[in-house]
Amino acid sequence: MIEEFISTYGEYLFWTLLHIFVILGVLLVSVAYLTYFERKVMAAMQRRHGPMTVGPFGLLQPLADGLKLLTKETILPTKANKPVFIIAPMLTFFLAIVAWAVIPVDENWVLANINVGILYLFAISSLGVYGIIMAGWASNSRYAFLGGLRSASQMVSYEVSMGLVIVTVLLCVGSLNLQEVVMAERSFLMNILLFPMMIVFLISILAETNRAPFDLPEGESELTGGFMVEYSAMTFALFFLGEYANMILMSAMTVILFMGGWLAPFGISGEWIDWVPGIVWFALKVSAVLFFFIWARASFPRYRYDQLMRLGWKVFLPFTLVWVLVVSGALIATNSLP
Amino acid sequence: MLYGIAFYLFAMVLVGSAIAVITAKNPVHSVLFLILAFFNAAGLMVLLGAEFIAMLLVIVYVGAVAVLFLFVVMMMDVSFADLRSGAMKYVPIGVVVGGVLLFELVIIYSGWKFSDAMELANPNDISLTNTEALGHILYTKYFFIFQMSGLVLLVAMIGAIVLTLRKRSGVKRQKIYEQVNRKASDVIEIHKVTPGTGV
Repeated sequence: MIEEFISTYGEYLFWTLLHIFVILGVLLVSVAYLTYFERKVMAAMQRRHGPMTVGPFGLLQPLADGLKLLTKETILPTKANKPVFIIAPMLTFFLAIVAWAVIPVDENWVLANINVGILYLFAISSLGVYGIIMAGWASNSRYAFLGGLRSASQMVSYEVSMGLVIVTVLLCVGSLNLQEVVMAERSFLMNILLFPMMIVFLISILAETNRAPFDLPEGESELTGGFMVEYSAMTFALFFLGEYANMILMSAMTVILFMGGWLAPFGISGEWIDWVPGIVWFALKVSAVLFFFIWARASFPRYRYDQLMRLGWKVFLPFTLVWVLVVSGALIATNSLP
Repeated sequence: MLYGIAFYLFAMVLVGSAIAVITAKNPVHSVLFLILAFFNAAGLMVLLGAEFIAMLLVIVYVGAVAVLFLFVVMMMDVSFADLRSGAMKYVPIGVVVGGVLLFELVIIYSGWKFSDAMELANPNDISLTNTEALGHILYTKYFFIFQMSGLVLLVAMIGAIVLTLRKRSGVKRQKIYEQVNRKASDVIEIHKVTPGTGV
């Protein structure tokens, strides 16, 4: 029976697993070098050098950091709820990775080209809150619990406006499939109308990934480290990897929704540019959005919690809600509903 | 065969976690098992080819409803061991209510038949993906019912807000508009203070 199973599905499973490992490998290397990129960019913005002693230009610094975290001792607090405490970072990391199954990095370069790709992404990113809230609760510490609660309400609030932003894009595209979202033709009017939505989306992903200036769940000055207080060594590393993988994921989502995915920017084409493979454009665009993440972190002070909630519920929600009507109205008026 | 393996995996985890929901000692664990159950139900939906419903199940129930459950359960400061201690005396009532419900279900399902006059809404076009097919049916045949259920939810939401809204006096609030529009000339006075006199 096992032989039959292998002969039927062996090849399929082999290629799928290979595909998964390639994605995983590229993603982990990207995460490692994203931390390096962040430190270097922030250093440049603050007129420092950043990491420069480990390897040439400090290029081996991420590996050194990883090695250090691996060799440290994992501490389990005695009063912690152990199973939940250990599952939480694993869940965060796992969710940051599974979402990549549907991201097309080039035409037909995707593990699962499913019809509801954008909903899948939205579903997975809405699950991210569990890792944090579980960590906050299981640590059995006031600081961690407050951090977890803050993060949960923050992520739930910003998901609402993110959902509406996605709706406006889908109105113009007429499909939930990510490849079709990228390939859809957009008129000049639609590009203009979607531009404010891109700004809202960019700010919402900062809040969704708990990055500065919305990094209240970690807020060192009040919460010492938020939901991560009690975590050490590998469990901490998993949170850290998860956060950065999530940043890359959200950037990829922005690129797919608003920046034309793997296509050359601004619709340029011609002999001199067409030889560039799509994945290069995709990587460059994702890097540009990641640069925005880091830029925002180096530029803005942390928001106060009530300001954060006000921005989400009283500014973004009404604005996106009205904009859904404006976009659908414009589509009907110009008779260009897909 | 792969389909079968996936089905039994999802089904077993679903039933197992559903049982764990009611047997877990810690209420937070119960909610976490409930989330696992939702998630596996979504897996079963995907196997049935209803990927849109599956994603909605994850987004709505797991992503929003269960987060609120988890919130409430974590914030409750109740000793569940005390609550449980007297539970055994309610067993007879529970058995009676459960028995009646089970009996009714058996009666209904043994005689279940659609009336011949009932016309089932089916998407005519097989080539549509099920998201599009659902949209076509919901926004044509069931448009009125669909919008009505949306309004019912809206009313429930407004009701919840009205019930919990209270005006407390003596609370300092952020008034963004006024705060932004303050001018230095209105709020700052400059005194010339001679030493030893005070303001």
